Amino acid sequence: MLATDRVETRLPDLKPALTEAQARAEAARCLFCHDAPCVAACPTAIDIPMFIRQIHSGNPVGAARTIFEANPLGHSCARVCPVEVLCVGECVYNAKGEPPIMIGRLQRHATDHVVHAGIQLFEAGPSTGRAIACVGGGPASLACAHELVRLGHRAVIYEKGTWPGGLNTDGVAPYKMHAEESLAEVEWLSEIGIVWRLGVEVGRDVPWVELEREFDAVFLGAGLGADSALGVEGEDLPGVWGATALIEAIKTGRQVDPLSVYSAVVIGGGNTAIDAARELKLLGVPEVRVVYRRGPESMSAYAHEREHATAEGVAFTWRAVPVAFEGNGRLNAVRLTTVDRGCNPVGEPFRVPADLVAVAVGQGRLETLLAGIPGGIAHERGHVRVDEATGRTSNPKYWAGGDLANGGAEVVNAAAEGKRAARGIHEWLERNGGSV
Amino acid sequence: MRGGNPGNGAPRGNGGPRANGGPRPGRPVDLSVECGGIRSPNPFWLASGPPTNTAGQVMRAFDMGWGGAVWKTLGDPITNTASRYGAIDYQGRNVAGFNNIELITDRPLEVNLREIAEVKRRYPGHALVASLMVETRDDWRDIIRRTEDTGCDGFELNFGCPHGMCERGMGSAVGQEPRLLEEITGWAREFASIPVLVKLTPNITDILDPAMAAQRGGAHGVSLINTIKSVIAIDHDTFSPIPSVAGQGTSGGYCGPAVKPIALHMVTRLGKAEEFRLPVSAIGGIHTWEDALDFLLMGASSLQVCTAAMHYGFRIVQEMTRGLEEWMREKGYSRIEEFRGRALPNYEEWGDLDLNYRIVAEIDPVLCIGCQLCYAACEDGAHQCIALPAGTRVPRIKQDECVGCNLCQIVCPVEGCITMVEVERGLPKESWNDRVAAGTAGAGGRH
Ligand SMILES: Cc1cc2nc3c(=O)[nH]c(=O)nc-3n(C[C@H](O)[C@H](O)[C@H](O)COP(=O)(O)OP(=O)(O)OC[C@H]3O[C@@H](n4cnc5c(N)ncnc54)[C@H](O)[C@@H]3O)c2cc1C
Ligand SMILES: Cc1cc2nc3c(=O)[nH]c(=O)nc-3n(C[C@H](O)[C@H](O)[C@H](O)COP(=O)(O)O)c2cc1C
Ligand code: SF4
Ligand code: SF4
Ligand code: SF4
Repeated sequence: MLATDRVETRLPDLKPALTEAQARAEAARCLFCHDAPCVAACPTAIDIPMFIRQIHSGNPVGAARTIFEANPLGHSCARVCPVEVLCVGECVYNAKGEPPIMIGRLQRHATDHVVHAGIQLFEAGPSTGRAIACVGGGPASLACAHELVRLGHRAVIYEKGTWPGGLNTDGVAPYKMHAEESLAEVEWLSEIGIVWRLGVEVGRDVPWVELEREFDAVFLGAGLGADSALGVEGEDLPGVWGATALIEAIKTGRQVDPLSVYSAVVIGGGNTAIDAARELKLLGVPEVRVVYRRGPESMSAYAHEREHATAEGVAFTWRAVPVAFEGNGRLNAVRLTTVDRGCNPVGEPFRVPADLVAVAVGQGRLETLLAGIPGGIAHERGHVRVDEATGRTSNPKYWAGGDLANGGAEVVNAAAEGKRAARGIHEWLERNGGSV
Repeated sequence: MRGGNPGNGAPRGNGGPRANGGPRPGRPVDLSVECGGIRSPNPFWLASGPPTNTAGQVMRAFDMGWGGAVWKTLGDPITNTASRYGAIDYQGRNVAGFNNIELITDRPLEVNLREIAEVKRRYPGHALVASLMVETRDDWRDIIRRTEDTGCDGFELNFGCPHGMCERGMGSAVGQEPRLLEEITGWAREFASIPVLVKLTPNITDILDPAMAAQRGGAHGVSLINTIKSVIAIDHDTFSPIPSVAGQGTSGGYCGPAVKPIALHMVTRLGKAEEFRLPVSAIGGIHTWEDALDFLLMGASSLQVCTAAMHYGFRIVQEMTRGLEEWMREKGYSRIEEFRGRALPNYEEWGDLDLNYRIVAEIDPVLCIGCQLCYAACEDGAHQCIALPAGTRVPRIKQDECVGCNLCQIVCPVEGCITMVEVERGLPKESWNDRVAAGTAGAGGRH
């Protein structure tokens, strides 16, 4: 059971649930576009105008069904999707100079309706007698397993951690979604018969050969590895965190002692860096600074996220890198140096006081894990190569999707790719009885 | 509310009060009207209904700006049901249409009469009309004599109520029977020394029939429309019609914004009929000054409002009076009489419309937001005259094929994006009736 007084619970939803009246009024605005651009922008191609009309016509269960048919992770996606660059960003109202439809919040309105009330919309298909192992318990495996069970297969998810849900449970920003909401979705999806093996690490606790023996196919949805390190002096000082480890502590832990700090520095320019900075700021850390080696134009973080961070009081230092973390048994400063466009140091290093550092320079790759697969598997620096249409890997018994295959994208991409792989596996099992 | 005229992309009212904000300086305009001998400081009367139940309400309404009121129908007090109302919501707006199964007043006659007298004493300049509905000739004589003593300005004979009263041989039972209507109107004229308006039910085939009966009976004017027979919806859990009375329901009377076009047609029908010469007090779905103006342009002498007042309260009249004043100022009118009926000459029978007139749709690519609703509408619901060129979301009208139905313009969500442009064909006007007269009517069917 998750503790109810976790640190993340101090951060309320930035986009709270719509009331019934708000949802109806917002739904009424949707134009029901032909060949709607919002749908084209959704990686799972949810029929957005249709579910919105269903909300408007007082049919939230039907709306939820429309959503989940396309995207099994529709409940979490409604909260965590960067809609500004997906569906909402493409809504025709933008071109009209009027606020685009709040698609995410309407989606949440519909999925809340069924998930919170425990209304089940799906069931396992007639049994095929086939079984598939899904490695990793994140969105990719969940979407894959849900689709497989609906198609009549047995799906078993192996998750090395304590909680199901992957980064959806322990990674996404608390003001978008709390861990229990992810767990509620996992539970709702699993009700139709998904089997969980929690706390079991494939490749260590269970060898690959055993998986291959027990299952007809394997889906790889193991995500990315742990936080990458900078390799800078003092990085092992207490007070220096990997960003996703820090976020995980905020999301699932009850005490994050460094939150009593005064000044925090986040190193990096991606969405994880901005998330970490915003979370620290919103939790009340007085001084939060993001340090990035290039200029704002080069940041991979979304512009809208950076704007929110700035508005909330996060400071930015551009074109600087840390050369050392300093402190006497405990971090108290970061030594930075300015760099030029080629990232070469220019000028004298300078000191920024800091009692917490979050290193957000990317997550490691699972090359070692992949190396253990019998017969090998094609990948580019840890990103598993898959067939565009089926999600199948170079190894005939393996399919893959999510961060492990796309190199790190969004929950909605993981959901689309997990479902795609399920279809690929199903077709293959149908076609040649699953013999490799 | 979009029409097929060239350049008519924007909804009406542009250039009216909403375009430029507050009232403009200019000549004062006079909104006062006279309808069948009843005068009021402005054309807006509260229609007979719940807003005119009591003296307290009517006096508050006059203070808020209403020009007149037709008292809630008097007669033998009845017992009402609970509930009584149902409504249609459309596209997130509630009360697009409203329905009731309420009867006439449920208060004792003496109380109503005392209050009418009190209101008239305090507001001598406002129009105060008493709505009546009783059964026998003696009943009519009695109630008219007693009500006239209040000093009210006129009577409205309620021959329109479509539920509850007609079962008792009153209301629309009379309105649907022109001979009966004529006879009772005659009684009223015989007993009354003040103007008599006859309120008509729309639940008939041709509104002219009861209207002519009222004229023959000697009425000073007609009021229309009363409510339209309707069943609003069914409760999907209890299987009861709405509104539900202990699990059962019945037909009610429909009114509110949804009925305006029907009312406007009926007012127009009377406005165009040469044999009909009585003034009209127009009722049905009036919610804004624009609705009101439509009826005035089709010849109405006064206007009555019920649902809008029930929905928004008496304050709503100020939007109507101000909007009308502003429009009049803009157009240079100082009195309603100057433009009343102004649109009637432009109303023609279908057979007199110009078949040689051509318009085609045109899309402004700058305004277009690429929703492609026009495409779906034309492709599936009209004449397949819109193409989707590759590489853009802006559709292209195949103007040589466009029949000018203006469906695309109606569905386009962007004001002014699709306009209907006239195609100069160099042909003189030719109507269906011209063709019939010339013996060429076979060329091109009517439907
Ligand atoms: C800080 C942060 C914030 C984010 N915020 C958002 C957001 O707001 N919106 C959004 O759409 N996306 C967000 N993302 C991205 C999103 O979380 C991922 O794209 C998505 O979770 C990928 O799903 P997945 O199933 O591929 O991998 P994961 O969610 O990473 O799940 C993989 C799971 O596999 C398990 N695993 C790994 N190896 C093994 C093994 N050998 N045996 C058993 N289990 C194993 C891991 O423990 C993990 O639980 C964020 C990512 C991060 C890091
Ligand atoms: C609840 C309700 C009660 C009504 N009661 C009466 C009535 O007692 N006598 C009458 O002549 N008309 C009555 N009407 C009809 C209205 O006067 C009016 O003709 C009709 O509602 C159409 O106008 P509207 O669309 O502005 O509401 C009633 C209407 C409603 C909604
Ligand atoms: S683009 Fe916007 S208006 Fe059009 S269907 Fe999608 S959400 Fe509705
Ligand atoms: S309906 Fe209007 S805005 Fe939409 S595509 Fe057609 S022209 Fe463009
Ligand atoms: S025919 Fe098609 S393109 Fe022409 S006006 Fe009608 S809907 Fe528009």
